[in-house]
Amino acid sequence: MTSRLSAIALNTFREAVRDRVLYNLIIFVFLLVASAPLFSQISIDVERLILVNVGLSAISLFGVIIAIFIGIGLVSKEIERRTLYTILSRPVRRWEFIAGKYCGLMMTLLVNAALMTVGFMIAVMITSHGLKAQDMHLLVAVYFTVLEFMVVTALTLLFSSFSSPIFSAILSFSLFAIGTFSLDLRNFAASAHGITKMFALAAAYLVPNLASLNVIAQVAHDQPVGGALVLYNTLYTVLYSAAVTAGAVLIFERRNLK
Amino acid sequence: MNQSRKTIVIASVLLVVLFAGAVVALQKIDSARGKDAAIEEVLYLPSGKTVKRLSLGYSSLLAVVYWTRAVQYFGNRHLQDSKRYDLLYPLLDITTDLDPQLVVAYQTGSIFLCQSPPNGAGEPDKAVALLEKGIAANPEVWRMYFTLGFVHYLERKDYKAAEQAFRKGSEVPGALPWMRTMAARMAEHAQDIETAMMLWRGIYETTHDKNVRDGAVKHLASLQAEIDMRELRIRVRTYHEKKGVWPTTWTELVRAGLLGGVPVDPAGQIYKLLPEGGVWVEDPSQFPFLDQAALAS
Amino acid sequence: MHAIEIQDLSKDYAVGFWKKTLRPALKSLSLTVESGETFGFLGPNGAGKTTTLKLLMGIIFPTAGSATVLGKSVHDPEVKKRIGFLPEQPYFYDYLSAPELLSYYAQLSGVPPAGRKERINSLLERVGLGDVGNKQLRKFSKGMLQRVGIAQAIVHDPEVVFLDEPMSGLDPLGRHEIREMIQGLKDAGKTIFFSTHILSDAEALCDRVAVIHKGELRGVGVVNDLRAATGGTSEVIWQNAQVLTAVSSLVMEPHVSADTVRVTVSRENLDPLLEKLRQQSATLISVTPLHGTLEDYFLSKTSESEKEGAAV
Repeated sequence: MTSRLSAIALNTFREAVRDRVLYNLIIFVFLLVASAPLFSQISIDVERLILVNVGLSAISLFGVIIAIFIGIGLVSKEIERRTLYTILSRPVRRWEFIAGKYCGLMMTLLVNAALMTVGFMIAVMITSHGLKAQDMHLLVAVYFTVLEFMVVTALTLLFSSFSSPIFSAILSFSLFAIGTFSLDLRNFAASAHGITKMFALAAAYLVPNLASLNVIAQVAHDQPVGGALVLYNTLYTVLYSAAVTAGAVLIFERRNLK
Repeated sequence: MNQSRKTIVIASVLLVVLFAGAVVALQKIDSARGKDAAIEEVLYLPSGKTVKRLSLGYSSLLAVVYWTRAVQYFGNRHLQDSKRYDLLYPLLDITTDLDPQLVVAYQTGSIFLCQSPPNGAGEPDKAVALLEKGIAANPEVWRMYFTLGFVHYLERKDYKAAEQAFRKGSEVPGALPWMRTMAARMAEHAQDIETAMMLWRGIYETTHDKNVRDGAVKHLASLQAEIDMRELRIRVRTYHEKKGVWPTTWTELVRAGLLGGVPVDPAGQIYKLLPEGGVWVEDPSQFPFLDQAALAS
Repeated sequence: MHAIEIQDLSKDYAVGFWKKTLRPALKSLSLTVESGETFGFLGPNGAGKTTTLKLLMGIIFPTAGSATVLGKSVHDPEVKKRIGFLPEQPYFYDYLSAPELLSYYAQLSGVPPAGRKERINSLLERVGLGDVGNKQLRKFSKGMLQRVGIAQAIVHDPEVVFLDEPMSGLDPLGRHEIREMIQGLKDAGKTIFFSTHILSDAEALCDRVAVIHKGELRGVGVVNDLRAATGGTSEVIWQNAQVLTAVSSLVMEPHVSADTVRVTVSRENLDPLLEKLRQQSATLISVTPLHGTLEDYFLSKTSESEKEGAAV
C-alpha cells in the first residue's frame, strides 16, 4: 500500500515540477530580494512592515493559487485523458489514488513555500541588517500558511473528484473567500435566531476556517502567536482536511467514470 | 465488492468523526483567541483608506462586514456592561471610509458613541465628528441632522448647536416640518421634559437597531414616569391643602375626586406614596434614566 | 475455471437533462473466455465494446449482472496484478519518459524493485522502443505510443491481457508490428481479449470471436465455423454462353468472355444450376466453392433488426 501511495504522490509531484509551475517562485524570490534595498528610502521600521506584509501575503496567495490550479485537475485531468483507466486496472484502490494525489500536491506546495520562505528571510535579513529573535514569529506565520494550503488542497481535491475544472475552480475560490471571513460568519450565527441560526451555524462550521490562520498582521508588528493557538490550529487543520479527503474518497469510490 | 463496501463504511465513519473533531477544535480556537479576534486586527490597520484600496472594488461589501463587526462589538460589550468601547470609533471610521453612503453606520454608530458608559462609548465629540462626516457625504439625508441635534442636546447640553442642527436639517428638501418644531423648542424650551420626550420618540421611530430602540423605550418610560410623578405631586399637594393632612393611600385621593383611579407607572406598578407628599416609583431599577429625567425638569 | 466469465452483464446510462431517460449501452451480455484463448470482441462503433471493457476493469459499475476474471471479482485487487489493460487511444503522462512510465506502472502493479530496471529495458527492446532513451512521451508518434501502451499492459507479466482497439490510428506498418506483438503474447500462452472493428485483424489472430451490436451479443463462435456458416457461395465456369439466359434467375454476377461464362451461385441454387447445365449440355469447366469471410458473418449479424439476434 505505501509503495503505491508514494508512487502516486511522487508522480504527482514530478508532474507539477515538470509543468514548470514551480518556476514562479524563482521570479518571486528574485523580485523580493532585488526590491528589498529599494525600501531603504523610507525609515527602517515601515520598510520592514511593508516587506513582511507583502512577502508573507505573496507566499500565501501564490500557494493558494497554485493549490487551486493544480488541484482542480488532479482527478478530472486523469479522467479526461484516460490515464486513470490504466491506473484503476491495476491493484490500486480508489482511495489510494485520492490520498496519493493529496500528498503529491502538498509536497509540491511545501517545496514551493520552503523556497519562497528562504528568499523571503534573506530579504528580511537584508533590510533589517541581520535576524533577530522576533523574526522566528515570521516562520510561525509561514507554518500557518502551510496549514492553509492543507485545507485548500483538500477542498479542491474534493471538488475535482466529481466536477469539471471550471466548476471546481469557482467553488474553491469562493470557499477560500468565504473562509477568510469565517469568524464573522460564526459571530453572525451566534447572534441569529431560529432557522437563520441553524443555516448560519451549519455554514459557519462547514466553511474552512481561514481567518485564524492569517496572523500576518500580527507578526508584522512583532506580536507573538500563542502556543495554544498553534496547537489548536494544527489540530483543526488536520481534522478538517482529513474529513474533506474522506468525503472525496466517498464520492470517488462508487463513481462511474466517463 | 467487499473491499468497496469496507472503504465506504470506513470513509463515512471517518468523515463524521473527523468533522466533529474539527468543530471542537474550532471552538477551542475561538476561545483561545477571544471574541474580539477579528476586531483586534483593526489595531493593525493603517487607515480606512488603505483597507479601501485593498478591498479590490468590493468596498461596500467590506463596509457591511465592518459595520456588522461594529454592531457585534458594541452588543457584546453592552451585554457585559463594559465601561470602555475603545475600538468602536476606529471600526465606524473604517466602515464609513469604505462606504460613505452607509447611512445606518453614521446614524446608529453615533448613538452608540455618544451615550455615556455603559450604554455607549461616552465619546460625544467623536459622535459629532462622525455625523458631520456623514452629512458631508450625504447632504440630502435630513435625518442625520436630527441625530446631530440629538447628540448636541443630550450629552453635550449644547442647545445652541442643537438648534442649529435642527434648523439646517429642516431646510433640506423633504424634511418633515417637525424638524422646525424641534429647532424652535431648542431655542426656547430646551430643558423641558416634553422636548426630551419628543426627541426620544424621534430616535425610536428613526432607528432600526434593537439596542438603540430598547434604550429609547427606557428613556421614554423614565420621562413618562417623571411627568406622571410631577402631576401626582401637584394633586397630592392639592389634597394636603384641602384636607390639611398628607394622604397615605391613593384611594383617599380617588375618594376626594382628585384621581380617576389608582395610578400605575409605565412598568405596570402602582406609584409609591411617600410621607410629606413625596411620590416615587415602586421599582427604580425599571427606570434607569429617572435621575436624568429629573434633571431635565 | 474460465479466464473470463461474464453473466447477464447490463449497463444503462441515465441521459437527458434531468437524467431521467435510460439508454441501455449493454443488454444482458453473457460469454466465457478460456485460458490461453485469443478472443476477438467485434462490433461497429458504439456497439458497447468499450463499455464492456470498462465494466471488466471496474472503471464503471454494472446496472445488473456480474463478471469474473480468473475466478475472482473484477474489483479484487489481487486479480488486478494478473491482468493488463490497454485503453483506446491512450494518452499517458506526456511529461514522463518511457522508462519512467513503465517504472511507475510496474511499481503500482506490485513488481518488486529488484530486477525492475532490467525487465523494463528488455521489454522496451521487445516492443521496438529500445532506442528512445529518456525522450519524453510528448514527443512520441502514435505508433510509438501504442507500443508503449502494450508495454505498460504487460510489464508485470499478466496472465490475461485486455486490449481496446489496439490498431486504431496506425499505419499499415504499425498495425503489422502490433499484430506481431499480439501473436507473440499468444505464443507465450496468454489469454488475450481484444476489441476491434477491423475484421481482418480478428480473422488473423483470434481463435474465437463474438459480434456485438447495439449492446446485444449477436453471435459467438470459432472463426472458421463462422466463416463457413455464411458465405458458401460457389463460382461456376462453363462453355456455351447461350445457356445463360435459361439459368439467369439462379445466378449472380455473370461474366461472359468469348463463349465462356463465369457466375457466382448461392449454395441452395448450386444443384439446380448444375442440373440445368447438364440438361442444356453445357460443358462444365469448374465449380469452386468460395470461402465465407468473417465480414459476411459480421455484416449479417449487424444488419438484423433488434428483435432478432441470438447466438449461432
